[in-house]
Amino acid sequence: MRLLVVEDEPDLLAGLVRALRKQGYAVDTAEDGEDGLYKATSIDYDAIVLDVMLPIMDGWAVLAKLRETKATPVLMLTARDSSADRVRGLDTGADDYLVKPFDLPELLARIRAIIRRGAKQARSVLEIGDVQIDTAARTVTKAGEAVTLTAREYVVLEYLALHRGEVLSRTALYEHLFDENESTLSNILDVHIFNLRKKLGQDFILTRRGHGYCIE
Amino acid sequence: MIFFHSIRWRLLLWYGLLLLAVLSGLGITAYRLESNRQLQSIDAELQARLPVLVASQRPVRGSGRPMRDFKLSPADALLFDQGGERSFYYVVWLRDGVTPITRSATAPDDVPLPSVKDGPTRMRGELREAFVSPGPDDFVLVGRSISRDLDERRQLGLGLAVIGAAVLLIGLVGGGWLVTRALRPIQSISSAAQKIATGDLTQRISAEDSESELGQLVGVLNSTFARLDTAFTQQARFTADAAHELRTPVTVMLTHTQNGLASECLIDEHREAFEACQRAAQRMRKLIGSLLELARLDAGQEPMRCEPCDLAHIVAECVDLTRPLAEKRGIQLHTDLPETLCHGDSDRLAQVITNLLTNAIDYNHDGGEVRISTHRHNGTATLTVTNTGPGIPEADLPHIFDRFHRADKARSSSGHSGLGLAIAKAIVLAHGGTIEAHSEPGTSVTLIVNLPA
Repeated sequence: MRLLVVEDEPDLLAGLVRALRKQGYAVDTAEDGEDGLYKATSIDYDAIVLDVMLPIMDGWAVLAKLRETKATPVLMLTARDSSADRVRGLDTGADDYLVKPFDLPELLARIRAIIRRGAKQARSVLEIGDVQIDTAARTVTKAGEAVTLTAREYVVLEYLALHRGEVLSRTALYEHLFDENESTLSNILDVHIFNLRKKLGQDFILTRRGHGYCIE
Repeated sequence: MIFFHSIRWRLLLWYGLLLLAVLSGLGITAYRLESNRQLQSIDAELQARLPVLVASQRPVRGSGRPMRDFKLSPADALLFDQGGERSFYYVVWLRDGVTPITRSATAPDDVPLPSVKDGPTRMRGELREAFVSPGPDDFVLVGRSISRDLDERRQLGLGLAVIGAAVLLIGLVGGGWLVTRALRPIQSISSAAQKIATGDLTQRISAEDSESELGQLVGVLNSTFARLDTAFTQQARFTADAAHELRTPVTVMLTHTQNGLASECLIDEHREAFEACQRAAQRMRKLIGSLLELARLDAGQEPMRCEPCDLAHIVAECVDLTRPLAEKRGIQLHTDLPETLCHGDSDRLAQVITNLLTNAIDYNHDGGEVRISTHRHNGTATLTVTNTGPGIPEADLPHIFDRFHRADKARSSSGHSGLGLAIAKAIVLAHGGTIEAHSEPGTSVTLIVNLPA
């Protein structure tokens, strides 16, 4: 899962990035509206966390411009909580709206929810054969028994599971699972896939040679 | 009576009185001038005949003492006894005449002897008489009835009165039209001001003629409204900016403390520090929220919906929400909730009710009771919340709706911001309702909310 966080307060940005990376998300950042819009339009993010009060271009303008080309799920962060502001946020095309100050667990839950909705998954528990993926608790069970995954392994699995039936190219996976600052070794993805197969069964993730990976 | 307080009617009344005074002054003067002129012309005619009569006396020859006789030549006689009502008559008194009193045929019988000091003319009833005294104790008098002239004079008076009344009527109608026309801009000013008073600050009064007195007033009012509008907009912007400026640092604190608490390798000392920071940040967050809400309520920026709703239904929902809180402290919630229809914003009312309930639970003895009831009476929906709490001292009772007031100063670390009741009151007032508190120290506190039904 690759997220973009657009926030001009450096301390808050750092805190959010730390919390989101700890959840295994790949996180890109932008500190003003212009940079945010540029990144949001050039990369397919799984979700965007967008502050309203931003230098150069405010959150509303970024959202309106973004919606001309992309339907990326957007969660707006704002310090204004009057109902008029809420209505405006949702009408402009925001998928969710969170008023500062917020609790981190709530923000994380809302991000998970908009990512799920973006992938057309209504439920938080994904079932594939005898494997259950609880995206809220970020736990995986196989035949009722808990499977221990690293944060990165979990994210790779969740992304493939959310796009069940689709063949995802290595490039697409790299784009969604690693952020702009990570200089990843080209085989790191293969290592994660290898480990997942070891824990969940060899046939759980299929390789379409020349195309990519897929969970059916 | 509104009739006498209306500027329009008062103006018209004064205008009518003034017009009446001017018209009657004019009428009376005209009447008197005409009467004088009439009398003078009658007097001139009478005076013109006197010399004829004086000249008609002749001494009588042949008697011992000088005697005189009065003899009117036939030509002169035509001047008198012409017949008709305006016929002139004469009476002549001669001290040493052949006939001491000679009178014309039409002269009345009872003409008294005039005296010199009465002046050259006199009025007897409807008879006007002029006289002259040619010799000692001799008098020559000419008179005539002026009843016809008096009739004419009355006719004139009546005519003047009728014309005056007609002019007055036309004047009043015209005046009424003028006053209405002149006051029309005031009506438009008043209706615009009314709209502004109800909160629509974008209203302006349109002035047709900006140079007139009312146009200048409109200009002054419009610039005042514009300044009010700016002040309100600035206030609203300040509230929004303050929201951002206060909330962002608290968000930073919350995010970092919660990040820190999520870490697995924390020693207890650090965890306690993080938790204390988190509690403080949460309290600041609540406080900022409450303060901004109050600011918005004060500025009238919080629109209250006004829809029919069942107060009892809202209360029941709030009771369900607060029940776990009560159970934690062994407090019983008793409800008596018959259907109580009222008008208001159900979300806002729920906020008020939840606030009253949590207060009633928090400021109560463990194992106490809270009674909640609603009823409707005379177009008012009433909510009553009573607890068995320690009560509020008499001196504190008027202040419990004040901002940051806390009956129990020692409890400042409880979850209450000290703004809950102030917000509740502001919301109730915005609904056009009232909220009041009663307490029997030591036994109970009762809060009563009245809402328009």
